[in-house]
Amino acid sequence: MTATPRTTLGKVRAHQTQNEGLIFEKSSPGKRAYKLPPLDVPDVDPAALLGGAYRPEPGQLPEVSEIEVIRHFTRLSTWNYAIDLGMYPLGSCTMKYNPRVNEFVSRIEGLAEAHPYRPESLAQGSLEIVELLQRCLIEITGMDAITLQPAAGAHGEFTGILLVRAYHQSRGNPRKKVLIPDSAHGTNPATAAICGYEVQNIKSNPEGGIDVAELERIVDEDTAALMLTNPSTIGVFESEIHRIADILHAKGALLYMDGANMNALVGKTRPGDFGVDVMHLNLHKTFSTPHGGGGPGSGPVACKAILEPFLPTPVLVRKPAPATTTPTTTTPGAPGPSHLGTGETTQLGWSFDRPQTVGRVRAFYGNYGMFIRALAYILANGPDGLRQTTEDAVLNANYIRAGLQDLYELPYKTASMHEVVFSDKRQAARGIKTGDIAKRLIDYGFHPYTVSFPMIVSGALMIEPTESESLEELDLFIAAMRSIAAEVESNPDLVKSAPHSTRVSRLDEVTAARKPILRWKPTA
Amino acid sequence: MAYPDTYRYTKEHEWIDLSGSIGTVGITDYAQSTLGDIVFVDLPKVGDPVTANETFGSVESVKAVSDLFSPVSGTVTEVNEALTNAPDLVNEDAHTAWMIKVSLSDPAQYESLWTAAQYQAFIAEEV
Repeated sequence: MTATPRTTLGKVRAHQTQNEGLIFEKSSPGKRAYKLPPLDVPDVDPAALLGGAYRPEPGQLPEVSEIEVIRHFTRLSTWNYAIDLGMYPLGSCTMKYNPRVNEFVSRIEGLAEAHPYRPESLAQGSLEIVELLQRCLIEITGMDAITLQPAAGAHGEFTGILLVRAYHQSRGNPRKKVLIPDSAHGTNPATAAICGYEVQNIKSNPEGGIDVAELERIVDEDTAALMLTNPSTIGVFESEIHRIADILHAKGALLYMDGANMNALVGKTRPGDFGVDVMHLNLHKTFSTPHGGGGPGSGPVACKAILEPFLPTPVLVRKPAPATTTPTTTTPGAPGPSHLGTGETTQLGWSFDRPQTVGRVRAFYGNYGMFIRALAYILANGPDGLRQTTEDAVLNANYIRAGLQDLYELPYKTASMHEVVFSDKRQAARGIKTGDIAKRLIDYGFHPYTVSFPMIVSGALMIEPTESESLEELDLFIAAMRSIAAEVESNPDLVKSAPHSTRVSRLDEVTAARKPILRWKPTA
Repeated sequence: MAYPDTYRYTKEHEWIDLSGSIGTVGITDYAQSTLGDIVFVDLPKVGDPVTANETFGSVESVKAVSDLFSPVSGTVTEVNEALTNAPDLVNEDAHTAWMIKVSLSDPAQYESLWTAAQYQAFIAEEV
């Protein structure tokens, strides 16, 4: 078998084009997918039992047969696009492969069936997974303490800024404002506002970093924190990060790091070592748990010791094992805040004894299934594997940059980390915008890149291949993007009217937003 | 589209048309074309105070939600209710689809705003 030449457009993939209505539209009275045996117990009168809660008319659910249900959802699934089908270069989202070993481990019966209300003495294995993941993430980030409760990134930001607020409050003044660069994720200002802070924007410098002189000018005793994404949303590492941290700390302000782009740092540098006080991680980005499609996500928050007293409860601690419980677990070399030392019998358990806590932020202890997957990923890779992952992610982004920078405008020439941001400037001169190019990319069998973000780049194309992609897949992507750039010159209408291979093409976003139809209703 | 010489403009892409002590405020044609199709306009209530260079509402397009910044300080005397059901009026003619009318508390603020020529020079640089 000969290798495919790198310029071949081998990636064009036909989409399913079957028409498939809503399952409600398939409904036909009396159809069903079950057959119940005759009633062999005394009939009851539900109205008498339930009173006002009794609903005389059954809910209007679709009536379909089993094969119709199966076909309906199977057909819908074929219209979907997933990382298992091809490259998903959605910048800032780190859509990496979700290793099957993660799924295998999370389905082990003792873990999958574990009940959250089991007594702690019977849940030691589950709790050890939490403890080990916490220790791994603390080591990776260089922080002192962590909570795994938050359900995703924005929830992590919210928790992190609550810690900042509680910290300042404990010193007598919650302070007034949070500083946010103009390249930030929109969730950053939203988080600050929800936590009761005023948002002050900082303009980026020509290299895409923080304007340190400007920062020095505006940081004062009213500044609670700076929320910084590092690398930034244009994929640039903040080379002045130490000075930034020093400027903040000199005024008693804290440095929050949005860990969305942690995939560029793992195993290479640690936020705790470059001055970050509190940060969140996205297990569904950096640590390969499912992202999108309901995830669920997971957004642990790691912090320095000064913020530890404020962490959400409960926190995982080692405590003396009850005398009645045997056998008990001792984990050598696993220090915790309440570790009793070798020779004592201890077990892991939850502590609510944190008088300064910001309180619980999530039911139970967060999205536990994701902890298992993230830990499986960390242990399967090991330290060297994680470092290699980071290097490959950065290499892949720079390979794409090198392969496209002669055809697409590169607004920031600073070295790229894990993602590269182009602008549509040259294509826009021909009337083709970043959104058009993204839709044409669908015809070539790829998920679009992130469109029109970050806002500091006009007409942004934000591309993050992750370490998952092989050289062959990267070449296919580059070939597709080069082919589209040629089409912009030779046949712009083809790009403007894309996609052409999907079941539906351009959706009417304006009418959908102005006059949304939020539920199906039977036609009279 | 022409930028009326009788209006004044801000770097946040609002225009204001002063008549006596009442200023009529909207967003510029450049702003509406950059935002794309506008689907919702969130405006203050009559009687609400507004402050120069601070937000008085927001405009949502299919692309993004953007803050609206007041060119002047004062009190809202009238709100363009027609935009509630027809936000697309802003796309059709941004320079007549006004958003709020403000009774100015400091008329000197108006004098410091850009003229049409200054604003057009500014957006020529942005493009």
